[in-house]
Amino acid sequence: MTALDVPAWIARAAERIAADADRLTRLDAAIGDGDHGHNLRRGFAAAAAALPGDGPPGRALIAAGRALVAQTGGASGPLYGTALRRAGKALGDAPEADAAGLAAALRAALDGVRELGGAAEGDKTMVDALAPAVAAYTEAVENGATLAAAATAAASAAERGAEATVPLRARKGRASYLGDRSVGHPDPGAASTALLLRALADTAGEEP
Amino acid sequence: MRKLINAPEDVVSDALRGMAAAHPSLRVDAATGVVVRADAPRRGKVALVSGGGSGHEPLHAGFVGPGMLDAACAGEVFTSPTPDRILAATMAVDGGAGVLHVVKNYTGDVLNFRLAAELAEDEGIEVAAVVVADDVAVEDSTYTAGRRGTGGTLFVEKIAGAAAEAGAPLAEVAAVAADVAGRCRSFGVALAPCTVPAAGTPTFELAADEIELGIGIHGEPGRERAKARPAAEIVDAALTAIDDDLPVAGQDVLVLVNGMGGTPLLEQYIAYAAAAGGLAARGATVVRSLVGPYVTSLEMAGLMITVCRTSGALTGLWDAPADTPALRAGAR
Repeated sequence: MTALDVPAWIARAAERIAADADRLTRLDAAIGDGDHGHNLRRGFAAAAAALPGDGPPGRALIAAGRALVAQTGGASGPLYGTALRRAGKALGDAPEADAAGLAAALRAALDGVRELGGAAEGDKTMVDALAPAVAAYTEAVENGATLAAAATAAASAAERGAEATVPLRARKGRASYLGDRSVGHPDPGAASTALLLRALADTAGEEP
Repeated sequence: MRKLINAPEDVVSDALRGMAAAHPSLRVDAATGVVVRADAPRRGKVALVSGGGSGHEPLHAGFVGPGMLDAACAGEVFTSPTPDRILAATMAVDGGAGVLHVVKNYTGDVLNFRLAAELAEDEGIEVAAVVVADDVAVEDSTYTAGRRGTGGTLFVEKIAGAAAEAGAPLAEVAAVAADVAGRCRSFGVALAPCTVPAAGTPTFELAADEIELGIGIHGEPGRERAKARPAAEIVDAALTAIDDDLPVAGQDVLVLVNGMGGTPLLEQYIAYAAAAGGLAARGATVVRSLVGPYVTSLEMAGLMITVCRTSGALTGLWDAPADTPALRAGAR
């Protein structure tokens, strides 16, 4: 496959989030307020329902992002919604999301999340999964990897990044209120980001 | 999970339908969570809009009415409302003099209100915002999301609401709100956790002889787990944390002893007795006080103390008439 089927990715992401909603909520209960999985399940269901029937993939991402902002609430709605809208804007009206286009889109998503949330790597947030994923994807594409291989590298980097949040002390979001007591738990936002990128890799790896 | 609910997914809309039925002074859209005072928009009056996750009742919808909020916007339990709903509340109450958003300092609330303010400005509505961040249990540093907005929100909504009702322009109402927010400090303690209906299990677990010190209002654990102790010692720990941050000696103060939702009024008055004594011992003069569950965290047991260093002018605004479902003040 040379291009990502964006609507298929969003639909798969919604399925994965729904299947793991309870786990994400349990992670959030440990260091946050125990609603991350349920909010994201509602938001991504709305995003999947908002996908246009046809048109360029950038438009689909913008529609999904808008639905996330409108239907999720909390901090994760604006953050993930902004990520998808920025990614969609980066794709513009390109007819398909090819490997290079997706690199620009992922970079734009990361920039959007950093700008809106103000988090840096190491703050124990979704950035700790998204930033290494974007770096791994970009490096793979620059080294000539296929979109599917680069997406798999991104998903693995995101999962490692999410796991690496366990020993961190949170500096953003509700977990930061706990101070040292946030240490020893994974960040739920990084965990959901890893799920979204695994859904992307699985979508990219499918035979067209 | 034993709760007096119909279905977990309906708790917010079912409660709002109850509010609509109980309080004809409110216009309630149970589907969007927007609660507006029935006589809105008031031509030429600055409007106050607040909102946030549900589960803190009576905050915020219980404070909608003359002298306080013009509208409140309710999200899911402990989840900020979305920008389109905050925009709907803002547009419903704008009387041409602008709208003040009263925002509690949580990442979600701040982001969603900021997006809503941008949308409102696109509609030609002037919006100012005050962010309330009064909880001293959180260090205010680059290492946290900043202090949480808690009990101080009540003082901001009452006092800025009185300024708006008296006809002050938006810049002045916003300045009063920011002034009050800067004068408030809070500290909370949990004796038992709460259960978010959609999650179904308690947000944390405590042994029979344990309490959580430095909690917020979203069922999250506090800064520190400690052994249970008499009310006087719990209150003293809270007052010490507040006084260390913003000294009360020689100050006139407004005091809120706030039940977290599951603590009987009997115990709240036990705490108030200790708070009144502790503030006097620290050299403060309590000029007004309020005891009761005003800013809650579902059925969490515990309390939060908020102290506001007041002035004569601010106390006057605190005393000004207000007529809302949860707070009435002044002779009307």
